[in-house]
Amino acid sequence: MPKVPLWDLPELPQNQLPLHLQLQKTRVSCNNDAPTNTENVTYSGAYAALGIDNSLRLDEFRNNFKVKVIKLNEEDMEFDLIGIDASIANAFRRILISELPTMAIEKVLVANSSSVVQDEVLAHRLGLIPIKVDPRLFDYMSENDVPNEKNSIVFKLHVKCERKSGERLTVYSHDLEWLPSGSEYVLPTENSSESKPKTYTSFTSSQVSLPEFENNPITVTPGIIISKLAPGQEIELEAHAVKGVGKTHAKWSPVATAWYRMLPEVVLLQDIEDDDAQKLVNKCPVNVFDIEDMGKGVKRATVARPRACTLCRECIREPGWEEKVALRRVKDHFIFTIESTGALPPEVLFTEAVKILEDKCESVITELS
Amino acid sequence: MEHGSYKDQSASTFSLAEDHTLANALRFTLNQDPRVSVCGYSIPHPSEARVNIRVQTTGDPAKEVLKDSCQDLMMICQHVRSTFDQAVADFKNNNGSESE
Repeated sequence: MPKVPLWDLPELPQNQLPLHLQLQKTRVSCNNDAPTNTENVTYSGAYAALGIDNSLRLDEFRNNFKVKVIKLNEEDMEFDLIGIDASIANAFRRILISELPTMAIEKVLVANSSSVVQDEVLAHRLGLIPIKVDPRLFDYMSENDVPNEKNSIVFKLHVKCERKSGERLTVYSHDLEWLPSGSEYVLPTENSSESKPKTYTSFTSSQVSLPEFENNPITVTPGIIISKLAPGQEIELEAHAVKGVGKTHAKWSPVATAWYRMLPEVVLLQDIEDDDAQKLVNKCPVNVFDIEDMGKGVKRATVARPRACTLCRECIREPGWEEKVALRRVKDHFIFTIESTGALPPEVLFTEAVKILEDKCESVITELS
Repeated sequence: MEHGSYKDQSASTFSLAEDHTLANALRFTLNQDPRVSVCGYSIPHPSEARVNIRVQTTGDPAKEVLKDSCQDLMMICQHVRSTFDQAVADFKNNNGSESE
């Protein structure tokens, strides 16, 4: 902003901040060496001396808040949250990664393993395989609980590499079979006089009888290599999956990852023409700038795709360019990307994350009352 | 758990079993409330999931102000959820009709 004497400053309507303060409040300035103005001015009385109220008015928030979905399919989604503060967007991101429950394999009962992969390494790999089932249909299992059809899923893996084949066999995740009736391994007990032997799980009814699973068998993500077997080697095991959250172990995280970035804003402070314009267009590796033909042979540079800007700062690296191009980020516009591992579609994941934040607030309120 | 004075209810520290997820969001909504003069949070030790939220107000009891901020945060979340669902439904409708 050029220096203007105090009495020449423009008259502003009552409730608006002067332009340079608005810039400080809503934009992060990304300079050549480091970003500045990164903190959010959240204090309600911050501009009290100017007579401007900075507090949160819920109606204003409701009017200004927008969501725009850019991309949505079964695996990932990209959407914009406009008008929200960084602390709340970060809370959603943290909940998406660590506090949304999923099902993952926790206990592995190995009956026979003659492969070169050690049992514990095999169990670790099995735990990381994503299971495609809605975790809301299951309950948590605590230490004292008996594994039953409401809190565990049982998979079986029995693969043998035949000696005759002569070549190695790859064990994939789709070789895991779902056992809807529970464990098949019998618990070692003293008296075998009972008609029905007790197994490692106590399923009272088969999981297939539940309406959600009737025509929809529980599967895992196919194509993941678990192990490789040479001729004559065999793996026979049972894997039990339970419900957990990413905080305990990353295998229970429902997202491959979830991240956000602030919307980049690229502003040309001066008119950039002809050779300079061509240089600018060539410098940018993601083609943010374009040349606009003004007629009479004059070419001018324009900002065509500011959203693609990765803030590599190539355009302001050379001396003299920082006065021509301003790189900024909009502080309350977040471009969220969520990549799901397959248990739940990404839009459901985000809705659940918001619900979890609400539940946390409610538990604080009840604790205080 | 609230640590404060019995006589002066306007300033106290709340020790909750939470982490940055809720504490930062609560600090934001607390700051926006005009009754609050000072608010902040700290984590006494990273290995223990405990956060100390400090609230100092201009007269109102700090507990009430914190409860109101939690309510505000819940309303923000509900609004985010409904706007998001609406946006997803609109996107699906638009793209469903385009692909036909």
